[in-house]
Amino acid sequence: MSIETTPLWEVFIRSRNGLNHKHVGSLHAADSNLAVQSARDVYTRREEGNSIWVVRSDQIVASDPDRSGENFEPAADKIYRHPSFYDIPDDVGHM
Amino acid sequence: MYSQGLIGADDKPVEDEAFIAAFQARIDAEEKIEPNDPMPEAYRKTLVRQIGQHAHSEIVGMLPEGNWITRAPTLRRKLALLAKVQDEGGHGLYLYSAAETLGVSREQMTEELLSGRAKYSSIFNYPTPTWADIGAIGWLVDGAAIMNQVPLCRCSFGPYARAMVRVCREESFHQRQGYELMMALAEGSDEQKAMAQDALNRWWWPSLMMFGPHDSDSTNSDQSMEWKIKRFTNDELRQKFVDATVIQAEKIGLTIPDPDLKWNPEKNDGAGGYDFGPIDWNEFWRVVKGGGPMNRDRISARKKAWDEGVWVREAANAFAQKQHQRTEASKVAAE
Repeated sequence: MSIETTPLWEVFIRSRNGLNHKHVGSLHAADSNLAVQSARDVYTRREEGNSIWVVRSDQIVASDPDRSGENFEPAADKIYRHPSFYDIPDDVGHM
Repeated sequence: MYSQGLIGADDKPVEDEAFIAAFQARIDAEEKIEPNDPMPEAYRKTLVRQIGQHAHSEIVGMLPEGNWITRAPTLRRKLALLAKVQDEGGHGLYLYSAAETLGVSREQMTEELLSGRAKYSSIFNYPTPTWADIGAIGWLVDGAAIMNQVPLCRCSFGPYARAMVRVCREESFHQRQGYELMMALAEGSDEQKAMAQDALNRWWWPSLMMFGPHDSDSTNSDQSMEWKIKRFTNDELRQKFVDATVIQAEKIGLTIPDPDLKWNPEKNDGAGGYDFGPIDWNEFWRVVKGGGPMNRDRISARKKAWDEGVWVREAANAFAQKQHQRTEASKVAAE
């Protein structure tokens, strides 16, 4: 049995024009052409999209989960970045 | 993001009491666990085993039905069956991907299936001698699978839950086409009706076994419930399946092959439900351990597919490498 591994790809599908490509899953394929073809077969059998992106999983750079505290927690106490922080009279209308 | 590269790169967490308690607190708060989050090794192992078995079941599950694609009685039935079997292949792929986020490779899982070390659902070790079996599989086997899979959409492990959402969305057509097929036979000639009843007779008990051993005999159940991998016990799901299916059989004039089947108004906290007869667990364990009528056939079919596909995989990889070298070479030439 061959133990050589076939590369892993992440698949992104745009469900219709006007929307972002969204991550839907992953698959193995030897090259980018085969990855797109397989993505079509695996992820768009029921009109789930009109455009496919594939990217090799080992090309993705991710933030370190061990540092998610220092990365993301500082935003939690900055409520002044949200519109509801500011009091304005009701009768000025929608703002 | 299912990048394999990150997994296992970090030091293993020390599993002291505080670590276990913090993990359980996240589970209890209904937080989803993602692949790179710290998790107890036993949680990871349980998921690798369960998702792997689930994926293998989808792939092996293509075989009993694939048997009838060339002999489907009409083009309409043939299209439905082709689409269904293709879906099962896709479900296997979603699930393998989910398991791979936990640091196990596709090649490793395939090897475990082919060597017989990994299990798959015992139901696929039964043969499909008649066309009515295709109806019975869709109606009963997919019906039982849906009972199992709907709560798995809320499983604590993110990638497994997401895969199950896709699977469940696609699965309901499988059950409906099976039931419709059974209905057509049940409304047909005496012979056709007898064929439908015979298939129900053969698939009923194995379908009930699909939910696994009784809660009192199930070794992994309690921990899986605590980790919110499972949301209902084996017996709870089996009861739901029986209660849903009896009326479906009655509707098309077929008889569930269980003389002990009886409505019990006290069941399900007074909402009512069916009492049913004892399950032959000896048969279940015999089939799980390799003694079913089709175990050897199923694995040898998978082995044949794998062995005969080697050259395709090798050729694809060699072609990819060559293309890569050519691109590199032309870059150098252009400089």
